[in-house]
Amino acid sequence: MIAGTSVPSAAPEPGTEAAITLEGVHKWYGAFHVLQDINLTVMRGERVVVCGPSGSGKSTMIRCVNRLEEHQQGRITVDGVELTNDVRTVERIRRNVGMVFQQFNLFPHLTVLDNLTLSPIWVHKHPKREAVETAMEYLERVHIPEQANKYPGQLSGGQQQRVAIARALCMKPSIMLFDEPTSALDPEMIKEVLDVMVELAEAGMTMICVTHEMGFAKTVGNTMVFMDEGMIVEMAPPSEFFENPKSDRTKKFLSQILTH
Amino acid sequence: MTRRTETPGEISAREEEPTHVSLPPPKAPATTPLMAFDWAKKNLFSNIPNTILTLLCVWLLWETIPPLINWVLLSAVWSGGDPAICKAAEGACWAFIAEKHRFMLFGLYPFDEHWRPLLATALFVAVLATSCNPQFWRPWLLGLWAAMLVVCGTLMWGGVFGMTFVENARWGGLPLTLILSVVGIICSFPLAILLALGRRSDMPGIRAVCIGFIEFVRGVPLISVLFMASVMFPLFLPEGMTIDKLLRAQVEIIIFTAAYLAEAIRGGLQAIPQGQYEAADALGLTYWKKTYFIILPQALKISIPPIVNQFISMFKDTSLVIIIGLFDLLTTAKTALTDPPWRAFYVEAYLFAALIYWVFSFFMSRYSQYLERRLETGHRR
Ligand SMILES: Nc1ncnc2c1ncn2[C@@H]1O[C@H](COP(=O)(O)OP(=O)(O)O)[C@@H](O)[C@H]1O
Ligand SMILES: [Mg+2]
Repeated sequence: MIAGTSVPSAAPEPGTEAAITLEGVHKWYGAFHVLQDINLTVMRGERVVVCGPSGSGKSTMIRCVNRLEEHQQGRITVDGVELTNDVRTVERIRRNVGMVFQQFNLFPHLTVLDNLTLSPIWVHKHPKREAVETAMEYLERVHIPEQANKYPGQLSGGQQQRVAIARALCMKPSIMLFDEPTSALDPEMIKEVLDVMVELAEAGMTMICVTHEMGFAKTVGNTMVFMDEGMIVEMAPPSEFFENPKSDRTKKFLSQILTH
Repeated sequence: MTRRTETPGEISAREEEPTHVSLPPPKAPATTPLMAFDWAKKNLFSNIPNTILTLLCVWLLWETIPPLINWVLLSAVWSGGDPAICKAAEGACWAFIAEKHRFMLFGLYPFDEHWRPLLATALFVAVLATSCNPQFWRPWLLGLWAAMLVVCGTLMWGGVFGMTFVENARWGGLPLTLILSVVGIICSFPLAILLALGRRSDMPGIRAVCIGFIEFVRGVPLISVLFMASVMFPLFLPEGMTIDKLLRAQVEIIIFTAAYLAEAIRGGLQAIPQGQYEAADALGLTYWKKTYFIILPQALKISIPPIVNQFISMFKDTSLVIIIGLFDLLTTAKTALTDPPWRAFYVEAYLFAALIYWVFSFFMSRYSQYLERRLETGHRR
């Protein structure tokens, strides 16, 4: 979990045990081949940053990891459990995988606190008091404990996204998936969300993060993944990826996002 | 759906006072005759067509309002059980209502036992009123409803505690209308939710059954089903077996309302963004938990106006049970007119019945508006 590490910069090195593996994963929407032979291993504690043009299948790929989308070929293993159609397997994996969406997807009819405690109480069967305590703890970690009793509609975008992160963390997941968490935010709110994500990385969370925030990728990323047209085109540590990209498509993409 | 965006000011206003923010109205400048004159000139007499319309309206009001007041109040006969006095008078014959109101309200229920339906109705209304406060939406409210239904049933049927037994074929008037509609609402609502969910289910079998049910029921008029059930249904039953008329009417009303309601609720379900389902899935909620905690509360809130619309229309449609010989409020009012000396006073009889229907319908409508405001949490879609 987010331990209060006093060392500000370096996030810990990833372990050697695989947390997520995708092997030869294919997926089609009708005739459209959206994922083509995806192979990716994420170690425990590793932070993988996925980038690529819009429509390249980034969201689809990470949504396959917690079965919001079904893959049709290949194997996906999460925490040593292979994803199948079995409802119990899916539930088990979802309990261990937190997800943060571009559009926050908070529950607008529930207060912030109820958003946070819903899953701990009803899925993880924690006593209500304990769930509330945990929720308040995480709200403090994302720096908005004072908003606990408001409704999501009364918060700014940045605050809502931090609530969404806290909501996912309340399940005490071992893995976090982020799907463009800052893309729907006004520029002045991006930093407050990224700060929370950096803190999470420094605490050693296993993360797959789809983002175009290259500063974030350079600070905490262990591995950069570049996707295009449903394929992983390039995969490398950030230093190598940014200084020395191999494929032309990566070079073109980087020149577009770094100069705009 | 209102898609109003909130200014930061509104948000902070809400922060200070979480319940209802009612700012004091801006001080209205004292109205002077001169200002009233200006207002009238601007709004009522701005040009020639406008002036003509204004004058026409004034003339119409002049022609209708005073005679109406005269008929309803000034020249009306209020008491005295003599139809002859009413015939002689120019105004309304409220004496007729005074004379017949107990029959209109309670129908064929034994005259000396009218306190029982009266008490039952009062209990019914009291529990209904209690349920209107969202603060009381707790498990004990269900218990209260169960207790109330038992007590009301006991009062209406009797046969215990020294009360004579009254078979439900003799129930009538307002209690009958209330029972049919409130029990109809309570039972059709969960059924409608299941139908609406089933219609959107991934399982083809369930979906087909729900679509078939909804489309069939919506395709035939209630009155024809009531009629068929009373005339044709007994032909198919074994000799000597009957199904209680009231129960039959109740079941038909429930089925009908459920089918229409299901479509209203489905509209709400369709308005819930995909992201809500995904977030609930990602949190590990199962289908039923997701439906109960996330989807239904939002969908039902959106569907409040059509749901209430359906309830109001069902409340009034209970008068169709006359077709199978049940004496609901409208029928008792009509039956009161069959007493020869009072035959002429049908306007009063229908006004009386209409007023009661209107009070309940108006209440439902206002209550739904209150609920919508109360459930507003300031989110934008
Ligand atoms: N439910 C769907 N049905 C059909 N096509 C889809 C669906 N979801 C996504 N796609 C298509 O799949 C491609 C990849 O989408 P996505 O993974 O969302 O891309 P990215 O997140 O990289 O922008 C896009 O071309 C998109 O139009
Ligand atoms: Mg995407």
